[in-house]
Amino acid sequence: MAEAMPALEIRNLHKRYGELEVLKGISLSAHDGDVISILGSSGSGKSTFLRCINLLENPNEGEIMVAGEQLKLKQAKSGELVAADAKQINRVRSEIGFVFQNFNLWPHMTVLDNIIEAPRRVRGQSKAEATEMAEALLAKVGIADKRHAYPAQLSGGQQQRAAIARTLAMQPKVILFDEPTSALDPEMVQEVLAVIRSLADEGRTMLLVTHEMNFAKQVSSEVVFLHQGQVEEQGTPEEVFDNPQSARCKQFMSSHR
Amino acid sequence: MSWELLIKWLPDFLEGAWLTLQLVGVSVIAGLLFALPLGIARASRHPLVRALPYGYIFFFRGTPLLVQLFLVYYGLAQFEVIRQSFLWTYLRDPYWCAVITMTMHTAAYIAEILRGAIQSVPQGEVEAARALGMSRSQTLWHILLPRAARIGLPAYSNEVILMLKASALASTITLLELTGMARKVAARTYMYEEMFLVAGVIYLIIAFALMQGFKQLERWLRVDACQGR
Repeated sequence: MAEAMPALEIRNLHKRYGELEVLKGISLSAHDGDVISILGSSGSGKSTFLRCINLLENPNEGEIMVAGEQLKLKQAKSGELVAADAKQINRVRSEIGFVFQNFNLWPHMTVLDNIIEAPRRVRGQSKAEATEMAEALLAKVGIADKRHAYPAQLSGGQQQRAAIARTLAMQPKVILFDEPTSALDPEMVQEVLAVIRSLADEGRTMLLVTHEMNFAKQVSSEVVFLHQGQVEEQGTPEEVFDNPQSARCKQFMSSHR
Repeated sequence: MSWELLIKWLPDFLEGAWLTLQLVGVSVIAGLLFALPLGIARASRHPLVRALPYGYIFFFRGTPLLVQLFLVYYGLAQFEVIRQSFLWTYLRDPYWCAVITMTMHTAAYIAEILRGAIQSVPQGEVEAARALGMSRSQTLWHILLPRAARIGLPAYSNEVILMLKASALASTITLLELTGMARKVAARTYMYEEMFLVAGVIYLIIAFALMQGFKQLERWLRVDACQGR
């Protein structure tokens, strides 16, 4: 049987900021149910890579395919690749969840309104329909009692869980996590990781940029180690964590015990 | 000053205050609507779009309101074309001259308030909307502008108070708004000190009411809770 179509496939992604090339041709494919952790020291390009996937950042070269559908890109004057089809990119973005390091909840809306905004505007769901789903999601991430609270009234961990619920409300096929616990106080990290772990257990397809090594080792089906904009090492968690081949990766792993 | 005199002239003062409220009310609301596209354009990523409203804003912020009033009221009447056009119905009336000039003047300021407010919305909140699949215009109308409105509201309320006081200039083009009326009454009674004091008190009352109104609006929109994250 032929291999199933990847849920997400990135080919030869390059990103330059002026002279500085931060991504030097990265390829990656995620199949349904894959949890791929992306590790690397700061400046290795992991966040940039993640942000290029849904064009929050514009790459200079490369191809992006979501469930076999190629993103239509065109060259802008700056040399960057920008979306060629506004409708397509909006639709594709609605299918790719993105969880930010700083949550980026909208502070003027209640938690519930944060969650139902996109399903109503983008999906055209009715308020009742969107609210019903939002309440189920809030219960799932454990903050059902906070639905009428405003983001500023929540702890960091609660805000990040609300942000994850907001992402889930769009029923994404793939979720990208950009250092979801890096802005949190240590005691709140676990509650967010628990939510991410439950999503992994559900068999969701996820890409996870993180510094939580133990967590990455436990939940990942695949680990990618980036160094200076290139994939330095790639494999199962056992391979990459316990038996790294490259000197860089060995050094990184030994310093992040 | 005797109370009888005050009661006698009070209807005139109230008439003047009503005209002041009209001038300010119309100009700050129409000015806000007019400033919306200007402010959005000023916050654009494209240099050309940004440059378009620049000349307008530069002129209206860079010259005194009094000069602008005179230009419209005395200046435009010099042109035959304008006297022949439909615009003349309005431009020969000092009321409309004041309303139009004040609207265009305050719009320039409000546009800059709006530009600053739009640029103060954290980029991440816009990215969150875009990452969820919201289009540019959905993000603008449902996320960016409601958020910018809260950031810009204190500055806008300041501009409204400034316009309340600037509206006194309309008295120079024959309008009997609060200041103009005070001058008329003072000239009749020879009680300059007292009559301008009455006008001052009425300005204070209006300003106080406006400030209270904006305070309620800020509370309702939760302006404070949205700041300093």
